[in-house]
Amino acid sequence: MSSIRFDAVGKSFGGGVLTLQDINLDVADKEFVAIVGPSGCGKTTCLRMAAGFDFPTSGRVLVGNSEVTKPGPDRAVVFQQFALFPWKTVTENIELGLRNKSVARDERKARVADAVAMIGLGGYENSYPHQLSGGMQQRVAIARAYVLDPQVLLMDEPFGALDAQTRVVMQEELVRLARLNPRTVLFITHGVEEAVYLADRVAIMTRRPGRIKEIVDVKSVRIAERWDSHSRIEDVMDLESFVHLRTHIWKSLREEKAGADH
Amino acid sequence: MTDVMDPARRLLLGACGLIGFFGLWAAISGSGLVAPTFLPGPLDVARRLVFLLTESFAGGTLLVHLWSSLQRFAAGYLLAAAVGVPLGLLMGRFRTLDDIVSPLFDGLRFIAPIAWVPFAALWFGTGFGGPVLIIFSGAFPPCLLNAYRGAKHVDPRYLEAAEMLGTPSGRIITEVLLPASVPSIIAGLRIGAGLGWQSLVGAELIVASTGVGYLMVQAQSAVSTTTVMVGMAAIGFIGVLIDVALRTIEARIHRRLGGA
Ligand SMILES: Nc1ncnc2c1ncn2[C@@H]1O[C@H](COP(=O)(O)OP(=O)(O)OP(=O)(O)O)[C@@H](O)[C@H]1O
Ligand SMILES: [Mg+2]
Repeated sequence: MSSIRFDAVGKSFGGGVLTLQDINLDVADKEFVAIVGPSGCGKTTCLRMAAGFDFPTSGRVLVGNSEVTKPGPDRAVVFQQFALFPWKTVTENIELGLRNKSVARDERKARVADAVAMIGLGGYENSYPHQLSGGMQQRVAIARAYVLDPQVLLMDEPFGALDAQTRVVMQEELVRLARLNPRTVLFITHGVEEAVYLADRVAIMTRRPGRIKEIVDVKSVRIAERWDSHSRIEDVMDLESFVHLRTHIWKSLREEKAGADH
Repeated sequence: MTDVMDPARRLLLGACGLIGFFGLWAAISGSGLVAPTFLPGPLDVARRLVFLLTESFAGGTLLVHLWSSLQRFAAGYLLAAAVGVPLGLLMGRFRTLDDIVSPLFDGLRFIAPIAWVPFAALWFGTGFGGPVLIIFSGAFPPCLLNAYRGAKHVDPRYLEAAEMLGTPSGRIITEVLLPASVPSIIAGLRIGAGLGWQSLVGAELIVASTGVGYLMVQAQSAVSTTTVMVGMAAIGFIGVLIDVALRTIEARIHRRLGGA
């Protein structure tokens, strides 16, 4: 059981200005929830509280029924800014979590090799992060989290630095993995289409102070309209039901952006 | 253009400085205004240097004295690095240890190495331990402080990533704090080497029966000012060699980290 629950969470940093206000969000076990919202509304802050890096000023954040007190490998994080270790090679970066879990050497090598193949970085195993492009670094950060096979995946704009083609490949791969081996995912993105394509539910946040404005159920539509029968992302994105949900979320977000102009 | 010119320019200017210095020195000592023992000329010193390379003074040739100085330096310096760097990293990681050690360390580091001479003499006589203690007290503070500051200034994102991956504390120190602090640690090792080498000679002036410092005290008693100057030159020269060696290591590590 690895649900994530935000229970009346409020957060202010030092100064007392409210960053997050009364956040209530339940991510069920093995559910994929995406958060969209204007820049600076507190999405990363939500994710950091689930990860155990920040703590709520009021309310509680629970993962699997116990309050989050510290970070741990049961909740793998893909950081918005990658946070790869510059002094470690691609392999060493991906391998560290497995070494910490005392996974035997042979199994470790095999799992790292699989992860490297998944992100398409074969041949770069011994490169250092500074020798890779931003998109390649981001893929290493994704592999570093995936390889742990964690109960909970916390992903902060993980495809933000990728080119359109690579992004599509990674999105399709993520969907494939999610169907094959579902796990609890909290996924932050600026891409509305990405959110609708990947998530079971999409939470829309308001601008500061961040609140959950609306939660859109995608899963029931996906099942009813049989999105899974289309293997390619562009075919799904053409479906009328997809376009309808996307437009709905767009409008909702747009009101937030417009509100910021006052 | 400037990139090509720069090393040549620097070499030229450096040579000008040296020529100017030796020229002025030779002019003053050769002018007859001062007695040769009061300020020996560069040529006298050079002749004395060649002499001391083969002939024994105060129990050995210059190289014998240098060798025993270097041994003491190596012992005291390596001890300072071996204790200072890990302790600094640990203090940077564990708040409690920091709170215990910091007040004591802050007090101790203002005591000049030479102030340890009376106790060095009392505890070790003129043996190996005295100068080693004094070098240690000179080299230790920068080794510890720089490791500590390096560990304190590690980008918190790396620590968060390590904790998220379930990295145990010992491994966070060796695989995150240490590599992230390497530039700062190396800078500390360079400063420590300089201070250690300086305090060594100070220590040998008082608590040793060999070494360059001892050679210089004996020369002072024998009113051989040229020998004193040979000692001074040797100290400067070895100091530069030590620094160049550490700088080479530093540059190599920076290149390996790709400027990260
Ligand atoms: N450590 C901190 N100290 C002070 N203020 C902070 C801190 N972290 C975040 N904030 C503030 O909280 C607000 C929300 O930040 P957060 O990073 O969660 O936004 P975000 O929704 O992830 O934005 P983006 O989409 O641009 O990544 C911002 O206004 C930011 O200034
Ligand atoms: Mg963010």
